[in-house]
Amino acid sequence: MVDVELRVNNEVHRVEFDPRVSLLDALREELGLTGTKKGCDQGACGACTVLVDGERIASCLALAVQYGGREITTIEGIEHPLQRAFIAADGFQCGYCTPGQVCSALGMLAEHRAGAPSAVTEDLTATDIPLTEAEIKERMSGNLCRCGAYDGIATAIREVAS
Amino acid sequence: MTTALEKNRTAPAPTKNVGRSIDRVDGIAKVSGGARFSAEVPYADIAHAALVHASIPRGRVTGIDTTAAEAVPGVLKVLTHQNAPKMIPSAKPSIMDLSTMAPGTPINYLNTDEVHWNGQPVAVVVAETLEAAHAAARLVEVSYESRPAVTDFAVAQDHPKPVKGSLIEVGEVKTGDAEQALAAAPVAVDLRYTTPGQNHNALEPHATTAAWDGDRLTVHDATQNIDWVRKHLARRFGVPVAGVRVIAEFIGGGFGGKGSVWAGTVLTALAAKVTGRPVRMALTREAVNRTVGGRAPTVQRVALGAQRDGTLTALVHTGVSQVGRAGGGVEPVASQSQYLYAAPAILVRHSTAEVDALPNTYMRAPGEAMGSFALESAIDELAVELGLDPLELRARNEPERNPTGRQRFSRRDLRAVYARGAREFGWSGRDPKPRSMRDGRWLVGWGVAAALHLPVHLGGDVLVRLRADGTVLVRSGLQEIGVGVATVVAQVTADALGVPVGAVTVELGDSEQPTAPGAAGSTQTSSATAAVLQACEQLKRSMLGLVRRSSPPLRDATFTDGGLFRADGAGRSYSEILGDAGLPSIEARTGSDSRLGQAAGQVRMMTRFLADRRRWVHPATGAHFCEVRVDPDTAEVRVTRWLGIFDVGRVLNPKLASSQLRGGVVMGIGAALTEETLVDPRSGRIMNPGLGEYHVPVHADVPRIDIGFIDEPDPTTPLGLLGVGEVGITGVAAAVANAVHHATGVRVRELPLTLDRLL
Repeated sequence: MVDVELRVNNEVHRVEFDPRVSLLDALREELGLTGTKKGCDQGACGACTVLVDGERIASCLALAVQYGGREITTIEGIEHPLQRAFIAADGFQCGYCTPGQVCSALGMLAEHRAGAPSAVTEDLTATDIPLTEAEIKERMSGNLCRCGAYDGIATAIREVAS
Repeated sequence: MTTALEKNRTAPAPTKNVGRSIDRVDGIAKVSGGARFSAEVPYADIAHAALVHASIPRGRVTGIDTTAAEAVPGVLKVLTHQNAPKMIPSAKPSIMDLSTMAPGTPINYLNTDEVHWNGQPVAVVVAETLEAAHAAARLVEVSYESRPAVTDFAVAQDHPKPVKGSLIEVGEVKTGDAEQALAAAPVAVDLRYTTPGQNHNALEPHATTAAWDGDRLTVHDATQNIDWVRKHLARRFGVPVAGVRVIAEFIGGGFGGKGSVWAGTVLTALAAKVTGRPVRMALTREAVNRTVGGRAPTVQRVALGAQRDGTLTALVHTGVSQVGRAGGGVEPVASQSQYLYAAPAILVRHSTAEVDALPNTYMRAPGEAMGSFALESAIDELAVELGLDPLELRARNEPERNPTGRQRFSRRDLRAVYARGAREFGWSGRDPKPRSMRDGRWLVGWGVAAALHLPVHLGGDVLVRLRADGTVLVRSGLQEIGVGVATVVAQVTADALGVPVGAVTVELGDSEQPTAPGAAGSTQTSSATAAVLQACEQLKRSMLGLVRRSSPPLRDATFTDGGLFRADGAGRSYSEILGDAGLPSIEARTGSDSRLGQAAGQVRMMTRFLADRRRWVHPATGAHFCEVRVDPDTAEVRVTRWLGIFDVGRVLNPKLASSQLRGGVVMGIGAALTEETLVDPRSGRIMNPGLGEYHVPVHADVPRIDIGFIDEPDPTTPLGLLGVGEVGITGVAAAVANAVHHATGVRVRELPLTLDRLL
């Protein structure tokens, strides 16, 4: 067992972890923060996306013991106009992928602000990349929604980004 | 002096809630992480379970060595057929008790040494932690005696068995002599289409949390049918139905995959019973794919005969679909072909072919989703043969009545759908010649296909309670799989009782509530809202009873603005009426709590259902218009534009209904281009049981999807609505394939339309 100090949503939790425990399972099973979802446990669906020091990661592919001292933000720690925008644009149906979509979108917007290009960016050296529909869809493609609420998600993100 | 409020009361009825795009009532819970799913219910002392899967397609388990697994620290129990307590086998399916259709397979997991598919659960490991359970599951050593197995549908399909028609399965339907008419037709196409196995892959993997207290069992289950889970578990464990409580607050998508009871649910309850601990089993994505059936692969023949002007003279649609040797039912691919076109001679026939594979199950629009790929592709091919516009060909063959029966259509206006879609899409700008439209280097193609699905209308039980403070509570054991049922139930209740939507609370997802129908067959919303309406009418009659001596008389008053008010503004609020009567609340309900009452209700429901089916065909219809771009060198297909026009009766909440229809389109785009469950024919093992290998559409695969409604009520249903859950996916794959043909001149008759099939 490994003793770890997890900082989640501005709260510090000292927990002893089996070193095999993923950050996702640590959040859900140890800390009771079940807002972060497990869709595949293989890094393929994005449902487990959380923010670590402001960057989005798939928490199912992260070991909890490696995240001591990092600033972890889960959906429970987020209060952002994007959430209202998701409701207004109906950017979900069942709601299972939603926490991951919201975290991912916030991480994505920060990446975009920092000038990071994507696979569809025309000019990789541009400092001010327009956040087009194609850019949003490309940058959000790591987050699956089987209900097919992609229209609403893109609308919500555009609204908040502008 | 007249206050503003009183003035409002004399005004015409306030803006109705039904028909408005109000936000989901559970939206905040879903965007904040507060919505709780079945694997997320806290229990002190919870243990975790994991499945061990058979690695052969057919045979017998000859030995299981659990020593290594049991030695893993934290393992509580390894359950196998050698030590598992006996469960009562599933009941024989009967039309008089639909819950007997609950199990996805009659296989009595862990009570048998027989193996019926590669992936069948043969052991369950229960441990203190998730990690210990999964690590130990890998250490269980199973030995087998293999028997010869048929694992390849491509082989099995040559030995089809005809489906005997029944109340729930379509076998053969014949009108006229279609083969003869086909042979005599001046123009004909006779084509073969194939569709692969597919998996629902709802984002939430199936999960169950089970806890026993003596003979009483509480189960939190990711299910589309709370009542079926309850009755099935009661039977299997030999306990009273009333002692089993099934809770499903939120379900992370279903699409049919959570419609039946599969191994995970039963074995979690078994593991909890054996260990005396609350047990949770959240299936891995692989376990979902290997223990929960998907859509069966099919091979189909569609043959169409026509006059030179496009009048259809013959329609043949036959299909062979895979079933498991251990269960599963026909994928009725020719279902829509009974209704869609006015051919004087129609032959529809279904057969099945047995494979030693995981039993198949319902997946969004079973039958029509894949059958419409074949039929609507063939119509497009015939249009090309005839040199006719494919919309014109469809419009010319619109039937006035059911072409294969005597029933009338309760409503149908596909010509209007086609005309509106063509106008909004700009269809007249289409050059019919393949490879004629380009955008830079991309080949551009436009395709169209009709959509048709027959939503089911069942009954449902509901309780409506109006409280003295003017708020309303609606209780019904409905399943929120993402359709927004609580929202539309609140809208309907608010209008029926004349209160704001915000005054209505809907409690659902619990077997302690009145029994609701499953979320399947596009029935939940229409059934639930009809029941709510009925209960509200009862409640209003009781309310009128309370005010029969009031002065001024309120006999002709309207239920509006939170009370009973006359046109002249006089009246009493609900609070005043209940206060005068000394009542804290007043309620009404449909259905019965007693077993006898419930059985009688089920018989009544079936009788009504069958009588209705003799009179009417209630089709939800529509048309898809799509644009694709195809890379001329790599054959990469991008879907770049989509318009769907739908005639689904009255639309209760356009925002939510559009979302559901879009979801159908997105899933259809996946079926068209990427989705395919791959099976290794040597072992019968599913090779892509994960989201990294089974490709569902991502953001970048899907364009904006425009949805339009005809929005006219169906005159035969209580609120005029049909269902929107399934019609959206029908026709989608054909629209894509037709557009790809238009772009490239290449006709692909096999799904998915992968690059290798286009190059």
